[in-house]
Amino acid sequence: MSSKVPDDAKSRYARDAARYRPRPPYLRNFLAAFFVGGAICAAGQVLHSAFVAQGLDDVEAGARMAAALIAVGALLTGLGVYDSLGRFAGAGSAIPISGFANSIVAPAMEFAREGYVLGMAAQMFVVAGPVIVYGVLAAFLSAAVRYLVLGTGG
Amino acid sequence: MDYLLAFLVGGSLCALGQTLYDRTRLTMGHVMVIFVVLGAVLTALGLYEPLIRIGGAGATIPVSNFGFVLTRGAIMHLEQMGLFGLLNGIFSQAGAAVAAAIILGFLMGLLFHPKG
Repeated sequence: MSSKVPDDAKSRYARDAARYRPRPPYLRNFLAAFFVGGAICAAGQVLHSAFVAQGLDDVEAGARMAAALIAVGALLTGLGVYDSLGRFAGAGSAIPISGFANSIVAPAMEFAREGYVLGMAAQMFVVAGPVIVYGVLAAFLSAAVRYLVLGTGG
Repeated sequence: MDYLLAFLVGGSLCALGQTLYDRTRLTMGHVMVIFVVLGAVLTALGLYEPLIRIGGAGATIPVSNFGFVLTRGAIMHLEQMGLFGLLNGIFSQAGAAVAAAIILGFLMGLLFHPKG
């Protein structure tokens, strides 16, 4: 009897609720993410070119550009601007590295009143923690598999 | 031209993330994790570096680049010092971004309070 489609009140409710859940405005969200994300990346490219023009090599210019975007993202989060941008642009502001900074700064601000250790410091990583955990796991595994397939020379 | 390519590549990656977010029931945290993992896998396959050559900051600003720097660090140290490099290298290039975000996060938490 459990193999049949469940028809108890709870699953009927879930089905009905799914039917009435509002559809997100796909096109509007897509365009907002595209233009805001694109604009952030173009601004980063301007910074990168400025650092290269100062004589930095490509890697170092990239590292400084990333640090600058993190600083801007953190400051705008502190001022409450980045979260407004996030409501407008969604992934357009979350996916760039300034959004990674936002994911750390916003909970740090919110949980500061619950203490500096178990409030601020613990909650800082509510999103960044998973990103770092799965990033490290994926980097470890994919580098290891690459090594097994190609050997060191590859 | 560099600026336009950065705009197009970065914008496309963000739009892809937004589509994933809107069409599934994943949270933005899940989308970011997926991007980082994809960045790591594409790096090991040798595909992320060409994307950076085309898109410049359009490929290095999205969080998928975090997967790229973690994996590139692991691969480079693996080649230099053998298996231990696999561990030693992971944070060799990603450290600055994480350190900056932690330090600024703490500072902002001290200085600002959320509105509302």
